[in-house]
Amino acid sequence: GAMASIASPALAETLEPNTWEHITSYNNFYEFGTDKEDPAANAHRLNTSGWEIEVDGLVDAPGRYSLTSLLEGLSEEERIYRFRCVEAWSMVVPWNGVELKDILDKVGVQSGAKYVAFETANRPDEMPGLRYPVLDWPYREGLRLDEALHPLTLMATGIYGKPIPNQNGAPIRLVVPWKYGFKSIKSIVRITLTDQEPATSWNMANAREYGFYSNVNPTVSHPRWSQASERKIGGGLFNRRQPTLMFNGYEAEVADLYKGMDLTTYF
Amino acid sequence: MLIQWINTGLRKIPTWVLYLILPIPGLLVIAAGLTDNLGPEPINELEEELGEFALKLLILGLAISPLLHFTRINLVRFRRAIGVMAFAYVTAHFLVWFVLDLQGLNQIWTEIVKRPYVTVGFAGFVAMIPLAITSNDLSVRRLGRFWRILHRLIYLVAILAGLHFIMLSKGFDVEALAHMVVILAFLALRVSKWRRGLQSGLQGLRKKLIG
Repeated sequence: GAMASIASPALAETLEPNTWEHITSYNNFYEFGTDKEDPAANAHRLNTSGWEIEVDGLVDAPGRYSLTSLLEGLSEEERIYRFRCVEAWSMVVPWNGVELKDILDKVGVQSGAKYVAFETANRPDEMPGLRYPVLDWPYREGLRLDEALHPLTLMATGIYGKPIPNQNGAPIRLVVPWKYGFKSIKSIVRITLTDQEPATSWNMANAREYGFYSNVNPTVSHPRWSQASERKIGGGLFNRRQPTLMFNGYEAEVADLYKGMDLTTYF
Repeated sequence: MLIQWINTGLRKIPTWVLYLILPIPGLLVIAAGLTDNLGPEPINELEEELGEFALKLLILGLAISPLLHFTRINLVRFRRAIGVMAFAYVTAHFLVWFVLDLQGLNQIWTEIVKRPYVTVGFAGFVAMIPLAITSNDLSVRRLGRFWRILHRLIYLVAILAGLHFIMLSKGFDVEALAHMVVILAFLALRVSKWRRGLQSGLQGLRKKLIG
């Protein structure tokens, strides 16, 4: 799906991307430490060469794919998306990548599949944060199949036309722009098609604070802070907050996915 | 011998020196913020740095009694300056949150009431106010015994501050928990001392009554 085919106000508007410096130096990637600067400091230890992804579950062609073979023949594009962290800060990131749908089409989703589960690499020698039981490792995330197949859902391999840096989830990560950032799992080593809602890391750690859906929603507060506004990274010491948009500004594209659902229950 | 030498040296340092030294880390971090050297999200960074330094000063203040008890190194003269500076850092931390982070008065009470970690942090700040107000010789003289009892509030303040740090952390935060462990250890030392004081007081009373 080319970007032009998505006729929408959200994608037509001009977003001001954050600088490469900010995007690659302010990260949450707890496998490399819990401070924002830890990933940039420690992620060089991750060896991404010869990366493989296990594809299993309800698919026609399960197996261990090399990253190159999984991406072969798929069209890469640039997507400039808002990125809204659950901690109430945001960025605008120019990603490069392929639609997740294209990858799923390639491996052949079977009719019984309802969800897609993802797993991050779990390499204690290369990821010093794994020494601490901050979360139940490996990091896990998941989407409902219709969310995964949505044309906005991206598997990113680059930023600003350059290969994605390790601290941002090299060599391949998910980007779901209408959900809080932690849903966009990094450094993926496993994709599983399943008929059950998969267990996801932050939901396992604290279900009251982090729902399975975690759609950006200014009207549903996080129990410890308001989600009504956010601060875009990079505005300095006197940066003003800006209002958070429903579905992070992608309401026109994705609201249909949640028709009839109570978003305060399924937060 | 060594301890005596250290204590003699310490006595030569006037306490006002601390009012010159202790503000320096805070001023440096504010300067870094103003000159765009505090990273991509300077408001949070400033908030965190000031808050953490305040907590460290609180812990340092609590450490003075056990230090005297176990090593005879006497820093008691400096305790007031450390406490006053801790209050200054907490105030700065609060102001950064209120002015730069929240950016609006209408939000403040909602945040304080609705968010437990803010409630706890704010309670700690409020509990420090009477201590800051009575941190002068006149109050010590006027309040007498009551002054010592009042200033035991500092343990409550430290626990609230430590709890605030734990509650605002995402996931299992080792650093926040480590601060709390130290605070609780100092409190445990104090409580056993208070209990001994209470027991000997009761014993004295019993002797007096029984004769």
